[in-house]
Amino acid sequence: MTGEAAPPPDGYVPVLRLGGILLVTLQGDLYDSTAERLRQDIGRTVSDDAVTGVVIDLSGVEIVDSFMGRVLSDIAAMTRLLAAQTVVAGMRPAVAITLVELGLTLPGLRTALSTEEAMNLLGAEVANLPRTAGARRERP
Amino acid sequence: MPEQHTAEDRTDPTQEVAGFLRERREQIAQRWADAAVFRTVFTVSRDEAVEAGRAVVEALAAVAASGRIEDLEADGFTVVREQLARTAHARARAGATTGQISAEMEALRPPVTELLLDELSGAPADHVRECTTVLTVLMGTLRLVMLETTTVAGQDLINRQRLEMLEIATPVIKLWEGIVAVPLIGTLDSARSQVVMETLLNAIVEQHARIAILDITGVPTVDSLVAQHLMKTVAAARLMGAECIVSGIRPAIAQTIVHLGIDLSSIQTRASLADALAYALGQQGAHIVPSAGPVVEPR
Repeated sequence: MTGEAAPPPDGYVPVLRLGGILLVTLQGDLYDSTAERLRQDIGRTVSDDAVTGVVIDLSGVEIVDSFMGRVLSDIAAMTRLLAAQTVVAGMRPAVAITLVELGLTLPGLRTALSTEEAMNLLGAEVANLPRTAGARRERP
Repeated sequence: MPEQHTAEDRTDPTQEVAGFLRERREQIAQRWADAAVFRTVFTVSRDEAVEAGRAVVEALAAVAASGRIEDLEADGFTVVREQLARTAHARARAGATTGQISAEMEALRPPVTELLLDELSGAPADHVRECTTVLTVLMGTLRLVMLETTTVAGQDLINRQRLEMLEIATPVIKLWEGIVAVPLIGTLDSARSQVVMETLLNAIVEQHARIAILDITGVPTVDSLVAQHLMKTVAAARLMGAECIVSGIRPAIAQTIVHLGIDLSSIQTRASLADALAYALGQQGAHIVPSAGPVVEPR
């Protein structure tokens, strides 16, 4: 076991906690081992830290494969079991087309145009928890 | 020394024809100016037709001089290729078929042959025959060049229009802050639906649109392939975080979709673009309320 001060290993994906929401920013190529570790990190943090939402920012990802698509839907299903919502934000057109062509339309996964919108989406729902899931947020 | 002259020419009838064309170009051009192919294109003045005819004769002479009388790519033709293309284009626009243009080009040959026979009167019969054969071959090549330019010009036009259709037919319109629409017109094939999908997704990113409307009012028929393309586009837009609405489904198309057993229940559909816009505005929290009286324009 390494100590707290050890530098993060290669392919480490930072999982940031902002209030009750986890922000995960993926960038560049994503290897299978990285995706696997990410899945474990998110699972542990969600269960340990009473997280209500997870935002996965894909705006820096150019290439995805079927494994990545499965990892995303796995994370969403897992966090739902732990009573948290997952929102995928900022997916690029090329990535969206690839996933659709692969047949991975990821039903059940929530999406947003940008990280900010994803935070709004989760924030609004956390704030208005008693209301229905379809509640629209008000524009100022 | 006429015998020597004839003997020298007999060795190369092609050069003899080249010389003949060069010397008699004025006469030939004058005769061609009355031929249908020149007369109908250069209607403004006869001089213009003569000028065009002269250019063609000179090109033929150059080709004959180079000895490549059967070569469509001979250098001599490059000078007149554009002019021939313009002529062919004008004839085609006037309603002439390829066969008619070909016949009109063939009609250019007899006057030249006549002049050549005049020129060669008194020469040995086999030499005359060789020279007329060369001339016939040369005129045949000219005809082929003419037809080639006709088809190449037509093919270019078709290719250009196909590209233009791909671009023009898929405009992305911003209807409201955060609402974009794509009015689809014409038959959707794979190439076009790919372009539609890409332009729509890029517009979603650029305009930051939460809602995208695919209007298929202008699509004549919807088969399973088109429906599949629509569903793919909707799924891709959803992955990016936008909601996609399909509008403009006419009753006949709705019937077809039901008959084909295509399940579009996962897609938000509306009958008209207006309904889709009203729904989209509602989703944005905006509502259109009719005002009490007519709006007075501020001065």
